[in-house]
Amino acid sequence: MTLEARALCAFHGRIPALHEVDVAVPPSGIVTVVGPNGAGKSTLLAALMGRLPMSGEVRLDGTDLRFVSPERRVAMGLSLVPEQRDLFGTMSVADNLELGAFCWRRAGRRAIAAEMERVYALFPRLGERHAQLAHTLSGGERQMLALGRALMARPRILLLDEPSLGLAPLVVRDIFATVRRLQAQGVAILLVEQNARAAFEVADHAYVLEMGRVSLQGPATDVARDARVADSYLGRAAAASAPIELIPPVVLAA
Amino acid sequence: MTFRSWVLAAFAVAAISGVVLFASSYYVTLASFVLLYATVALGLTLMTGFAGLISFGQAAFVGIGAYAAGYLAVAHGVPGWATVLAGVALATLAAAGIGALTLSMGGHYLSLATLAWGVVVYYGLGIVEPLGGFNGLSGIPALTLFGLDFASERSMFCLIALGFALAFWLVRNLLDSRVGRAVRALRAGADLPEAFGAHAFRLKVAVFCTAAGLAGMAGWLYVYMQRFLNPTPFGLQMSIEYLFMAVMGGVGALWGALVGAGVVVVLKQVLQDVLPALLGRSGNFEMAVFGVLMLLILARANAGLWPLLARWTRAAPAAAPRPVASGEPAVLQMPAQRAPATAGEVLLCVDEAEKRFGGLVAVNRVSFEVRDGEIVALLGPNGAGKSTLFNLITGLLPASAGAITLRGQRIDALGARRVAARGVARTFQHVKLVADMSVRDNAALGCHLLGRDGWLRAMLRLDRREEAEIQAMALAQLRRCGLEDLADAPAASLPLGKQRILEIARALCARPQLLLLDEPAAGLRHQEKRNLAVLLKQLRGEGVTVLIVDHDMEFIMDIADRLVVMQFGQKIAEGEAQAVRDDPRVQQAYLGSAA
Amino acid sequence: MDMQIFGLLVQDGLASGAVYVLLALALVMVFTVTRIVFVPQGEFVSCSVLTIAAFQQGHAPGLAVPVAAVALLACGMETAERVRQRNLAGLGARIALLGALPMAACAFAWFGVDARSPAWMQTAAAVALVTAMGPLIYRTVFRPMGNATPLVLLVAAIALHFVLVALGLYVFGPEGSRLPGFELPAGLLAGLPVAPQTLAVVMASAVLVAVFFAFFGHTLSGKALRATAVCRDGARLVGISPDHSGELALTIAAFIGAISGVLIGPFTTIYYDSGFLLALKGFVGAIVGGLSGYVLAAGGSLVVGLLEAFSSYGASAAKEIIVFALIVPLLLWRSLADPHSQEAS
Repeated sequence: MTLEARALCAFHGRIPALHEVDVAVPPSGIVTVVGPNGAGKSTLLAALMGRLPMSGEVRLDGTDLRFVSPERRVAMGLSLVPEQRDLFGTMSVADNLELGAFCWRRAGRRAIAAEMERVYALFPRLGERHAQLAHTLSGGERQMLALGRALMARPRILLLDEPSLGLAPLVVRDIFATVRRLQAQGVAILLVEQNARAAFEVADHAYVLEMGRVSLQGPATDVARDARVADSYLGRAAAASAPIELIPPVVLAA
Repeated sequence: MTFRSWVLAAFAVAAISGVVLFASSYYVTLASFVLLYATVALGLTLMTGFAGLISFGQAAFVGIGAYAAGYLAVAHGVPGWATVLAGVALATLAAAGIGALTLSMGGHYLSLATLAWGVVVYYGLGIVEPLGGFNGLSGIPALTLFGLDFASERSMFCLIALGFALAFWLVRNLLDSRVGRAVRALRAGADLPEAFGAHAFRLKVAVFCTAAGLAGMAGWLYVYMQRFLNPTPFGLQMSIEYLFMAVMGGVGALWGALVGAGVVVVLKQVLQDVLPALLGRSGNFEMAVFGVLMLLILARANAGLWPLLARWTRAAPAAAPRPVASGEPAVLQMPAQRAPATAGEVLLCVDEAEKRFGGLVAVNRVSFEVRDGEIVALLGPNGAGKSTLFNLITGLLPASAGAITLRGQRIDALGARRVAARGVARTFQHVKLVADMSVRDNAALGCHLLGRDGWLRAMLRLDRREEAEIQAMALAQLRRCGLEDLADAPAASLPLGKQRILEIARALCARPQLLLLDEPAAGLRHQEKRNLAVLLKQLRGEGVTVLIVDHDMEFIMDIADRLVVMQFGQKIAEGEAQAVRDDPRVQQAYLGSAA
Repeated sequence: MDMQIFGLLVQDGLASGAVYVLLALALVMVFTVTRIVFVPQGEFVSCSVLTIAAFQQGHAPGLAVPVAAVALLACGMETAERVRQRNLAGLGARIALLGALPMAACAFAWFGVDARSPAWMQTAAAVALVTAMGPLIYRTVFRPMGNATPLVLLVAAIALHFVLVALGLYVFGPEGSRLPGFELPAGLLAGLPVAPQTLAVVMASAVLVAVFFAFFGHTLSGKALRATAVCRDGARLVGISPDHSGELALTIAAFIGAISGVLIGPFTTIYYDSGFLLALKGFVGAIVGGLSGYVLAAGGSLVVGLLEAFSSYGASAAKEIIVFALIVPLLLWRSLADPHSQEAS
């Protein structure tokens, strides 16, 4: 299953967030999108999922998703784990996971239960806490639950928004190991990360997003070595040109 | 007054004379009701369109005014000039009481409270025996005022027209003043007027009371027009009809109240004549038609009623020439709480500031200083705690521990309004401008704390001297920021880059000691960012101190004197641009580390 | 007041309170799932009572005509939208739900039931007809409003209330009706200090409440509704469509309203406009629960019923005032506890 976006433009109210972005996720590939804060990475994922108005084209296995609501995209095999996780805080871990299977619930309770067992095998800690309410979990456990819930939908393409956000290094290592395991199971992954170095290690292909535009892309190993990545995060060395005087300096004496 | 105003006034006088002299009794009564309801709807338009409050209980205030006047006239023979004072006063007082209780609620809670209040008043009027109960109070004498007898319906019509004109004048004056701008700022959320020193709650109560006072006056006029009272016209259904009038006419402009009242009254009359014949049954079907109309309007304007209706209202008339003072401001004063300035010293001191949300420590013992005349930037990756720290400094959030001082005065527990009074002005990450106000008026909002003229002076137009000086100040700041050519354009028509500069001009109008900019470069194109950088450097040259929070490294590197970098709620680096950029800890914070 | 009167008042209060509980639960549920303060909830009650009364008086069920008309409208709107989006998948199922089922209910009520039919059949037809109103109202009125703010939805709900009341007047006329008492098995509940009619209402209400909680606690559909209420965005991420949830919520609310009518019908005369006051009392109970807590809402509603019974004994003219004057301080208390109440409207 492939996901392709062409000429994506999106706005947050009046602020332009994405401009003519082209992104492609090949079958069973891991693609990462990195970039500084405010670059538009989360906006990109939201646009791919249909969560905000956009112009341009998004195609899933060739099907145009323009009139397809986010709920239906889930049923088609696209799943998103957003930055805010969007868990059902006052419901139990088990309920959260069970609801993850909503789009294929007609297969029956037994099939859903079997899928839940698979998720518990992947994240044993969730199994230990299956009756606990979601908002009482720690940050890392919430991330696992969000990921587990997205997996319950049996996605073919998984969109991950900053999975390492706010997590301790050991937990981050676990998360990325899980990402590799998912790839082995045939799930394609689009990974948005601020932690560029970690993302480059796990991805096949990388895009660098800056001010809503793709400034750099290529095989992850090549992009990782490119010095321009540091520039996009930390700004270019002080500009050499003199500033232009555009505003007459009139001062009010008060 | 402009030529256009003279034309409108002449037309109004002609129309009223025409009705009085030539119209039949039926039409005089119809016109009387239109203007009466328009007076009430005017108050609703003020509340809803300009302050953003929805009330389902406005008819209750009409009832209070009416019954106060009617009862006093019948039972105690109180003369007309006194009953109007009683009616308006009672309605306003009731509003103050109810407002104090309910206006602290937001959104739909407030509306539901007004609905309940309206039902309570309706039943209350019905059960109090001296007021005649549900059978009504009759025998109300004709009105005599200043020796004139208003027994005939035509004379009452003239009085009602006068009443509406007075109401319109008062409300229009109010909106065109310092407090009026603060009221209009409420539409963008309570944070906006508070950021410039206005007391949002008190503004809401004042608006609520003003609308109630207008309703009370309408009630007084109603009593002497009908000479009979019962609770029916003051119940929930009428309240909702008033709301329909305000909404249908368009809450974005005051004339909408008259248009809406006219449409509803005439439509209702037509429907009452036509529907029973059509449906074969008698009954109250007009409300169903209004309901369907309302639903259609809402379906087309699902983002809110105001944007759609703003399109329906007539284009704003050419702005009347605004008074602009010349020379030094004489009436405007600096708020008393400001400590005097001394160049080069520490302006803002953040000392071990902490903010905890339950178990999460968002800001963890951060300390740094901002000196006079510097531009300091606060940076950090996502989740670093910059916005939280920013909110601690602006007073939007109280600190859990530590101290934040401005020239030695503690500001960390004061709240946004008092922090603004101490000389801190800010811009917002998501631009908060009053869309349908001009650029100039938006900037003038910043001068709120410099003026003193209050509500009544504004309504009676006694604030012109102060207003002239405020306008001069606003123009000067716009000139300083390069926006003076756009002074009369509506703020919504500006591109984002200019809107951000307008927010800075507005902040400068407050004559701040410290300017706080919240992501001013977000969403700007390259040229706009360069303009902004030039403006900020110029302001620094003039002695303005600036603290910026932003993500845009390149922009920050260009303009900041010093940088403070945060990660996970802690300060990890501080210093000049190049040094910070090369600091390995900063690089790791932004680029991450291998997993 | 002696013990006997006290006992009677308590029974009176519990009987009406039991119905207010159902209305409060429906209001809370619709609000949490859709953010609509569903003011017309009471119209479901009056329509149910008056339709049963129409059967018993030998009239045709006038309600069936507008329901059929709106069903056609809803199908038309659905088809137009699907065509515009060039997605006809599942349209058949939607037409069945919005068109075929309501039409079937209308046909059954119109042709299959009359004054000679047994009471249970008349009741079933009325309940089916009123329940069909739920999804139709959502599809035709609220879905076109998209992502409106709660305030706009409230104004819309009030506008809808006026339309439905006028519809009620047109269909049912201005006369009120009172349903005959429940046919209870003879001798079953005799000898108890509680009047059988009251006990029947309280028990029926309790059963419905139990089913309500079982649905939300143990079925996937019920959990999906809860999920929409807790986190709407999260619900969309797992494939739960907010419109689907809204329709289901209003269907359940309509069903509860219809049953409430059946329960309260024997106790008071119901007119075409009685629904509003009933719903408002349920609403007072609902805001005791902050428009989000079911147990408190239920408790609050029982208190409202008791308060109403006692104040109608003590000061009957002021009965309504006492109940509604409660709303303001309750709302104040609740809004202070709600962190979202200060957002810009």
